[in-house]
Amino acid sequence: MLTALLVMTGIALVLGAALGYAAIRFRVEGDPLVEKIDAILPQTQCGQCGYPGCKPYAEAIAKGEAEINQCPPGGEEGIRKLADLLGREFKPLSEEHGVEKPKSVAVIDEQTCIGCTLCIQACPVDAIVGAAKQMHTVVEPLCTGCELCVAPCPVDCIAMVPVADTVQTWKWKYPVVEIRKAA
Amino acid sequence: MITRLFKFHGGIKPDAHKHESAGAPIQRAPLPSRLIVPLRQSTRATARRIVEVGQQVLKGQRIGEPEGFLGTAVHAPTSGTVIDFGRYTMAHASGLETRCVVIQPDGEDRWIEHAPFDAEADGREATLAWLRDCGLVGLGGATFPSHVKLGKGSGVDTLILNGAECEPWITCDDRLMRERADDILAGARILFRLIGARELVIGIEDNKPEAIEAMRAAAQRAGDAVRIQPVPALYPAGGEKQLIRVLTGIEIPYGKLGADYGVQCFNVGTAHAVYRAIAHGEPLVSRIVTLTGNVARPGNWEVLIGTPIDELLPLAEPRPDTNRYLMGGPMMGFALPRLDVPVVKGSNCIISASPTLLPPPPPEQPCIRCTECAKACPAELQPFELYWFSRSKNFGKAQEYHLFDCIECGCCAYVCPSHIPLVDYYRFAKSEIWARERDKAAADQARERFEFRNYRQEREKEEKAAKLAAKAAETRAKLSSEAGEPAAGAAAAPAETEDPKKALIAAALARAQAQKAESQPRNTDNLSPETQAEIAQIEARRKAQAGDTPPPADGAVATDTPAPAETEGSPRP
Repeated sequence: MLTALLVMTGIALVLGAALGYAAIRFRVEGDPLVEKIDAILPQTQCGQCGYPGCKPYAEAIAKGEAEINQCPPGGEEGIRKLADLLGREFKPLSEEHGVEKPKSVAVIDEQTCIGCTLCIQACPVDAIVGAAKQMHTVVEPLCTGCELCVAPCPVDCIAMVPVADTVQTWKWKYPVVEIRKAA
Repeated sequence: MITRLFKFHGGIKPDAHKHESAGAPIQRAPLPSRLIVPLRQSTRATARRIVEVGQQVLKGQRIGEPEGFLGTAVHAPTSGTVIDFGRYTMAHASGLETRCVVIQPDGEDRWIEHAPFDAEADGREATLAWLRDCGLVGLGGATFPSHVKLGKGSGVDTLILNGAECEPWITCDDRLMRERADDILAGARILFRLIGARELVIGIEDNKPEAIEAMRAAAQRAGDAVRIQPVPALYPAGGEKQLIRVLTGIEIPYGKLGADYGVQCFNVGTAHAVYRAIAHGEPLVSRIVTLTGNVARPGNWEVLIGTPIDELLPLAEPRPDTNRYLMGGPMMGFALPRLDVPVVKGSNCIISASPTLLPPPPPEQPCIRCTECAKACPAELQPFELYWFSRSKNFGKAQEYHLFDCIECGCCAYVCPSHIPLVDYYRFAKSEIWARERDKAAADQARERFEFRNYRQEREKEEKAAKLAAKAAETRAKLSSEAGEPAAGAAAAPAETEDPKKALIAAALARAQAQKAESQPRNTDNLSPETQAEIAQIEARRKAQAGDTPPPADGAVATDTPAPAETEGSPRP
């Protein structure tokens, strides 16, 4: 009886020590789930989801505070990926957060720009260059199309222009069977 | 010498249809009414325009400067006037526009002064730069810049000249080899020296006996140690990896190039253009184009780059029932979106198609898993698997099944009994995967920049706070040294709260108090009784003037006169 107790206690102690060591040795910094969610989000940083950026939204999803259908730039495909990752049910994009639009970039009308720097401060990815009372311009490859610079502009000189296809970005269409009328 | 040939997997034997256009000699196409020269002539690189609208140009004059690593120069194909610079539809399946220089020929076709280039004397680097400035790109269709392909000048043992021309209908390389074999060989020798190879092999499909004969005769005349190697006519023997496999037995894995295995491949047309560029100093301004298919006069034409296709087609007299035109061969080519698109350096063939000749494929039917496609695939893939994954947009899985090894040769679709346009699915999947990769790269960049911006804002906040604290401390120190104990005591107490803002407010308060204390005028103290009496008198007079009140007694005035001290601008002695 006593031997059995001792043996069990001994095993419990050894395993406990091993587990305790492993918990310290292989400790994971941060929440890996947040990283995975963040990787799916489009990183537009537009805040349409109601959170100040994609990472905070990812954290909110991971905590269960936010729905997965609040990201308009990610669109339906993004929601499907999130649903797959989290094992949640797919939901159509929530309308109060916006609608899916084609990818656009901000373009500053340089004739109208007064150089107020408000758009520079609003840009979440520092894609606008310029200085006070100097003309501003958008660095197109860096622009995520978040539209955050549009509202602060006092002279309404920022327009969102859809990105046109180039030879590099043009995509072959999904093959569609042409249905012809039988002769 | 009997040399062993190797085989690649799969392949098909479609009707070659070579005899239609192979019989007639190459003719020079007449000057078109205008030339639309795209500045984008090599893969992934657009040249920078250096001519203005209205400028006179000569044949061979440079109109586009090479830009970037893959850039090559672009030249005026004939003499004339630049009449426009703008966006024109290009010969591409997308029907997208690209920047073009439009030249109106003056009919003289006058060359700019040009001289042969001495490749021996000027060295390798200068020769490669010369080829770039002559606009030399691969004429097999991919238009990869030749000077980049010539690489470092070491590590390549075998130079292969690709004269296989395996696609049906196309005969431009065949005619070129028959008529200009000596020039091709001369160009091959230049490439051979530039690349530092030890062996030169020219691979020609055995359905072109005249071309093989002509090349052999030319090699004999030149006394070159060149191997003219007929290869079995089996589509796609002209694919780079397939030809290397057949001639050398080397199988090039995915992601590697022939140069990694000591083999480099050039098209025979490229060799000819290299010869013209070096021996005559002529930039690449024309190429041989096969006009064939549903036409009355099929043949090969030497066409200036930029010639609109609708001005070229009447030369071959297309039959009236022609309903579409294919650029490139029937296996890998595409239907032209419009007919006013220009001929570019990669355009080797234009086929007129009618509903009877080259009919559109019958409707797609379900895959029956017959695996005919896998038997035909020269890249040894499983086309049916790729099809399912591409169709269901399961791109990760498609990549796992080596979608990017696919050379889009069309063998699978050719043999498919269900007439599935397999290559279309692969192209769709490939471009979707590329788009996703671009999006992912952009997202990663945005994430990094967003995080950096947040970090920067945090840092700026901290820096501001630190600055504020430093300023507060400085003010405190100044006050304590100037105003002595009471001010220092007043400032020291709130400093313990460690809040720089509060500390600064406290310091400002202390400063104000100190100022107030200081501003207590001392000029009324320690005065002689006469002066005090005088002040009192003046004061009384002023008060009497202001309100007719009687002047107070002298003694009271002397002891209790704070009024002049507190009113601003009080007279000072």
